[in-house]
Amino acid sequence: MPSLLRLLLAWRIGVFAAACVPLIWWSWQVASQQAGPEPGRFLLLNIGHGALWLLLLTLSLTPLTKLTRWKGFAVIRRQLGLWTLAYAFLHLVCYLLFILGLNWAQLGSEIANRPYIIVGMLALVGLTLLGATSNRFAMRRLGKRWKPLHKLVYPILALVLLHFFWVVRADMREWSLYALIGALLMLLRLPAIARQLPKLRQRLSHG
Amino acid sequence: MLINIAKSSDLRESDVTPESVYLSRRRFMGGVAGLGAGMALSGHVHAASSDYSDVPSGNAPAWLSDKIEAAQWRAVVPSDPNADALTPYDDASHYNNFYEFGTGKSDPARRAGDLETQPWSVVIDGEVNNGGRMALEDVITPSQLEERIYRLRCVEAWSMVIPWLGIPLSDIIERAEPTSKAKYVRFETLVDPAQMPGQRSSFALIDWPYVEGLRLDEAMHPLTLLAVGMYGRELPNQNGAPLRLVVPWKYGFKSIKSIVRISLVEEQPVNSWQAIAANEYGFYANVNPEVDHPRWSQASERRLPNSLFNPNIIDTRMFNGYADEVASLYQGMDLRTHY
Repeated sequence: MPSLLRLLLAWRIGVFAAACVPLIWWSWQVASQQAGPEPGRFLLLNIGHGALWLLLLTLSLTPLTKLTRWKGFAVIRRQLGLWTLAYAFLHLVCYLLFILGLNWAQLGSEIANRPYIIVGMLALVGLTLLGATSNRFAMRRLGKRWKPLHKLVYPILALVLLHFFWVVRADMREWSLYALIGALLMLLRLPAIARQLPKLRQRLSHG
Repeated sequence: MLINIAKSSDLRESDVTPESVYLSRRRFMGGVAGLGAGMALSGHVHAASSDYSDVPSGNAPAWLSDKIEAAQWRAVVPSDPNADALTPYDDASHYNNFYEFGTGKSDPARRAGDLETQPWSVVIDGEVNNGGRMALEDVITPSQLEERIYRLRCVEAWSMVIPWLGIPLSDIIERAEPTSKAKYVRFETLVDPAQMPGQRSSFALIDWPYVEGLRLDEAMHPLTLLAVGMYGRELPNQNGAPLRLVVPWKYGFKSIKSIVRISLVEEQPVNSWQAIAANEYGFYANVNPEVDHPRWSQASERRLPNSLFNPNIIDTRMFNGYADEVASLYQGMDLRTHY
């Protein structure tokens, strides 16, 4: 196997392992009673934050590829997208188990009445759709429609930030940080700016 | 001084405590020294600060230690100590909201340690004949400390059961001699960005100082407590040292912490949360399972500590279970509009 391929394989395995680490770490904190008096909410919030970080990381891969031309960023794009879905799904499971206590009647009324729940659910439905169509078979079937479909990730980011915004009670600092990163990643996709990225790479490598 | 609020069987001085209740409490108290002796004393339950032997001792000034030694223990206890078992000290002191120190639940415990609470003075002003700036010691000393075990229901739908040490707010208001114009009581928390990192955040939505208010009859209600301690010791900084309000039938945010000013006023104060989001937080903020917060249900609550296997979700009670004592304060009011 050529060394580049071997390197990329190791890189993908490393990314996989790194994405598991937070889940293991939080589970260990809960198991060793370091998660406070409300461990379910601890998992809910941490995994929710994790999902948002993964979504932002996934969205940073295309600009990074343009900026560096390193293949490594492209080869982990699907993986990080699926990790985002996995974390978002676990976030929902935590909500159902630890906040609702599996009270399905209440879930119905929460979905009907709480905008932030509706928005979060919509984002998860969108991520599921993207996850389900991320395999080669779906890509082939969808053909030219695959790309516009996967641009859904942009409105999903907006929904996730709105979901978070509606949960904040008194201090916008953390939310503002995420929103700023999200806005930056969107800016980098504007054609006029996106075109500058390869040029910037050349200038950096020759400078 | 004995307060006299034993109108209902729900919450009252327990002059007869069954032994089973006693024993169940031992689980939470750790130390049980003096229990047997306490029962013999004048027919009502006596405990001592030594009951909290697993609670880290604080750094109380001498006058406060003396007051705590002479406290009337278990002056108010839950009618069902099994359903309302004490929350462990470690949870009550490491998981709470005190936005002056950050918005995370563990921020107060991490950041409030250096808050300077000695000396501390409180300004009592407004529509009173006998106001002024008073040392905390002079505010508290004329009254006897009472231990009261209250349920605490946070507006975020979690709850705890906490043994407070304090004096009735009515004692202080009476001593201040309100004028006939006094209709409400307004409270202010310390503003000191150097000591309170949350007040340095430029992203904070709260316009400091944190302000709370009560109607005068709510403030004079015998359940309304001005606390200086909990779990047999002085208040830890993160729980609102050295002086905080405890209004057990209202959501926790009404129970303002680290109070520096108590004003008797004619107009209804605008409390901080109402100023941020009036559609979510009202002036009254009475615990009410039938009136939801716009973003979440208030019908139930998670009693803490809980676990992954048991989220410990229980029904929220009207006025947090204190309806017999306080419902009459709100007779004829539409609690959906006055939330």
